[in-house]
Amino acid sequence: MITYLIKRILMLIPLMFGITLITFAVIHLAPGEPVDMQTAMNPKVSAEARQKMREFYGLDQPLHVQYVSWLGRMARLDFGRSFAPDNRPVTDKIVERIPVTLSLNIIALILEFGLAIPIGILAAVRRDTILDKGITVFVFLGFAIPTFWLALLLMYFFGVKLAWLPISGLHSLGSDQLGPIAWFWDLAKHLILPVGIATFGSLAGLSRYMRSTMLEVIRQDYITTARAKGLSERVVIFRHALRNALLPVVTLLGFSLPGLIGGSVIFETIFAIPGMGQLFYTGVMSRDYPLVMGILVIGAFLTLIGNLLADICYSFADPRIRHGRA
Amino acid sequence: MSFKTSYFKTIFWPRFRQNRFAMAGAFVVAGLFLLSFLAPFITPCDPSAIDAYHVLLPPSPDHWMGTDELGRDVFTRIVYGARISLKVGFVAVGIAIAIGTVVGLLSGYYGGWMDSILMRFVDIMLCFPTFFLILAVIALLEPSIWYIMLIIGITGWMGVARLVRAEVLSIKERDYITAARSIGASNVRIIFRHILPNAAAPVFVAATLGVAGAILTESALSFLGIGVQPPTPSWGNILTSGKDYLEFAWWLSLFPGLAILVTVLAYNLLGEGIRDALDPRLQR
Repeated sequence: MITYLIKRILMLIPLMFGITLITFAVIHLAPGEPVDMQTAMNPKVSAEARQKMREFYGLDQPLHVQYVSWLGRMARLDFGRSFAPDNRPVTDKIVERIPVTLSLNIIALILEFGLAIPIGILAAVRRDTILDKGITVFVFLGFAIPTFWLALLLMYFFGVKLAWLPISGLHSLGSDQLGPIAWFWDLAKHLILPVGIATFGSLAGLSRYMRSTMLEVIRQDYITTARAKGLSERVVIFRHALRNALLPVVTLLGFSLPGLIGGSVIFETIFAIPGMGQLFYTGVMSRDYPLVMGILVIGAFLTLIGNLLADICYSFADPRIRHGRA
Repeated sequence: MSFKTSYFKTIFWPRFRQNRFAMAGAFVVAGLFLLSFLAPFITPCDPSAIDAYHVLLPPSPDHWMGTDELGRDVFTRIVYGARISLKVGFVAVGIAIAIGTVVGLLSGYYGGWMDSILMRFVDIMLCFPTFFLILAVIALLEPSIWYIMLIIGITGWMGVARLVRAEVLSIKERDYITAARSIGASNVRIIFRHILPNAAAPVFVAATLGVAGAILTESALSFLGIGVQPPTPSWGNILTSGKDYLEFAWWLSLFPGLAILVTVLAYNLLGEGIRDALDPRLQR
């Protein structure tokens, strides 16, 4: 197990290098010097800040020297200072936003798996019934509905028409004066729509996947054997089939992370939630260059860590992996 | 060649035709093509004609889907928007398929260090939240429809590369490849004459499904204001004004969203239908 873990972590190193290389390439993709480009677009950047930027990126030096020094700063999590009027270090700005985005995504992830797994099992077990067909229709609609449009419709219905739910931010004005229970209820009401949208975004794909792995497993010989032994259908499905069908779904946990983080741009912007996605969007719109690069690298690293965690879960679930036999 | 036509006529088409959903998808996609090409004949209005006296009108016989905040006819803008989504879908997917196929072929056929390097590159690309990567690149360049198509393509080829690689790995072990090699066929000939045609079917399916994904991405980008720029109508940027006037004009939000929904659904149904017809064993 430990050798597997060490091997797995060592494999991350080339990936991390790759991520920084690509981000560095994106920086230098722009025609001309990034600093010129930046300052030409943004009249708020003073000549002084421009000079600082040029020194920061060491733009007078050859590319490989620039890359190495940039890498050194990144290892110390130093992404420079934001171009925004507050001029704060990018790292600080990102770090204070990460908890919001991560906790939203984790809640969504839990809901997603909690709903998709039973839906997928149900569709597989009741294959070709009305129920299965209904779920299939739902899945296809789920694939095709643009989440930002669904967000608009729900905002219109629950926020504007019925006025049941707040449509922006995480707290109401003056919520800090409320008692703990009322405060929590206020937060929960603000979260229903954005978390619901984030969950819905990948629910369709996940339940479809669960259905197909379940169908695959049900076809196996050991399921026939279990049935032939006279085990009840409940035991066959939950003890024998489900355990094996869950394995490939666990790996999806890691893969769904980039999608979720990327998707946070959309729902955080729509619902005005102060998370990383919204920060990134403001950064893009104001061409706040160090901020954009910082979030890009951190987003990719978060994904890497998510993949690692998923692999570790997988190796706990499947002994063949940790003994290096698969 | 005659084998292929007969395969299409006797096996593929009868199977495909029986799938009602796939046929519906095919009809909608064909309809969208017609709509895009015949846009000026379908609607008499100019998509960017501003009319200050008829602002934010609800749907009526004159304006089937109402008018927007500048008095432009929403139906007309949605019809012209179909052109944009068609263009983005096909160009972006074309780029993704081209890169993915080349990478997958090289990696699967030659194996060894070439395979390791290319597949690690795929892993790295998959680490980036695609939407972040697209936004970051667009932040550097001016938002334009050409950049959008290019970037959606460049960030969307990894799945195709893995798919093609897996196909090539299984095809290159078959007897007819050994036979081709034994009569002295060059690598290039084997790849293009024997492997590629046999790996084409799943790529075609991935492309059809990819068009749906590209259309969704473009509409999200345009909705956020960094995709297709006004006054050019796109379903995404009509929804932007839908959001701004959500309380007063539901039709600005409803119709473009429905257009995206129906289009994406149609491409997905078409893609799944083609897959099922090509290989009934995959039917789930």
